[in-house]
Amino acid sequence: MTQQFYVSPEQLMKDRADFARKGIARGRSVVVISCRDGIALVAENASPSLHKIGEIYDKIAFAAVGKYNEFESLRQAGVRYADVRGYSYDREDVTARGLASVYAQSLGAVFTAEQKPFEVELAVAEVGQAQEADHLYRLTFDGSIADEHGFIVMGGQADKVSEAVAAGWQGELDFAGAIRLALAGLVADKETTTLPVSALEVAVLDRASESGRGTRRAFRRLEDPDIVALLAEEK
Amino acid sequence: MQETTANRVAANATSSFTEHLQRERPDLMPFGQVPFNQLPAGGHASQPGAPLQAPHGTTIVAMTYAGGVLMAGDRRATMGNVIASRHIEKVFPADQYSVLGIAGTAGIALDITRLFQVELEHYEKIEGTLLSLDGKANRLGAMVRGNLPMAMQGLAVVPLFAGFDRPAGFGRLFSYDVTGGRYEEQEHHAVGSGSMFARGALKKLWRPGLSEQDAVAVAVEALYDAADDDSATGGPDPVRQLWPVVYIVNRTGAFRIPDRDLAAVAGRVIESRTVAQREA
Repeated sequence: MTQQFYVSPEQLMKDRADFARKGIARGRSVVVISCRDGIALVAENASPSLHKIGEIYDKIAFAAVGKYNEFESLRQAGVRYADVRGYSYDREDVTARGLASVYAQSLGAVFTAEQKPFEVELAVAEVGQAQEADHLYRLTFDGSIADEHGFIVMGGQADKVSEAVAAGWQGELDFAGAIRLALAGLVADKETTTLPVSALEVAVLDRASESGRGTRRAFRRLEDPDIVALLAEEK
Repeated sequence: MQETTANRVAANATSSFTEHLQRERPDLMPFGQVPFNQLPAGGHASQPGAPLQAPHGTTIVAMTYAGGVLMAGDRRATMGNVIASRHIEKVFPADQYSVLGIAGTAGIALDITRLFQVELEHYEKIEGTLLSLDGKANRLGAMVRGNLPMAMQGLAVVPLFAGFDRPAGFGRLFSYDVTGGRYEEQEHHAVGSGSMFARGALKKLWRPGLSEQDAVAVAVEALYDAADDDSATGGPDPVRQLWPVVYIVNRTGAFRIPDRDLAAVAGRVIESRTVAQREA
């Protein structure tokens, strides 16, 4: 039998956290912004089919950075959790808080018990009737959960991007303004001043989906022409 | 097959909400909870052999028209000779491009409808794309078959499914039998206790290429005829302002016809029958 070296719990956790952080920082950033019209989710993503942003339930969306297979399995688990809950109780009883705490428990369990921690960071967003009722939760690889106000920036060089978004954020933004702000943030760590539309993945949680589109499902993915049209609008 | 992690992951990867529910929460399924051989013989404890008394939904009609398909249902549920509900709704949007109507045991039918709606939305969210219309029709057939043991006990559910086939560019209709058999219908179809009379009316009233307004009028009149001869089907009720539930599905989606329009259409049917002064 081989002798196991002693590693202190502090060192073990630090190693795992460093490992996860490195994986997350390798990718590109995702920005989630709460604004007057609802919540805008913007990701830098070259693939049109491997999404970083997804619909979970009527008013709830999901955004992630890190390893695709890991956050995709979490997204699917979230959809299953929400659908089972909504089917067994009622659609109203599915909340972002409940989902976020399930995610926090899963991430926490993986972080301590599995061979390696998940190299992901998640955002769970819920749009409310009014902007004060919006919820943004940030979940990190170790299962920490944070209730954020206004916006979330994750992945890549999150500090730089976050600085740029914080400078321009205000509650009165409409979707076009919020997406412009997110773009300004996403290019903050680059040489260029603009990103091609094909390199973007944009979705919104529409605050007025019932009155505007006649559906309780607030999530709407914007296709490239929609994004171009929205950004071309008068400022 | 070797029990490896990869195999386990693959086996658990399902886009079907029903499969997931069967695996994780079988207690929530609307059917299949009691093994077939353990079901009690038909009837109530106090009166063995008598059929179990539960509300039944009745007549649903569906037809194609120039821009898509239409489905309409009356508002009555009956329990034996008693009217269990005057307000029940039996036609529902299944997703953005399809609707379903249900006849049979109302309690089970409403749960199957809810399960079917979640099934379609779940697939859309997991896969990121809509299920094909044939795929949806097959899933509904599987659910009806799942209910077969209950149907043998007299608690049958018979749906009618209609949707717009986006790749093909036209509306399609599907009917089912209690064993889950799926049949594509042409032109028009009806299910439920008043379906015989409704179908007779549809044969005379329906014609190819109906406009949307004409199709709504034909559906309301077919239900009127069904209510005329079938006691379990409710006609338009001007006293309580109750009108049939009518949905249309076209290229842009499924929409419910507002009560205001239905009141006008039903008013015209009643008026024309009054003017004609005929017995039947």
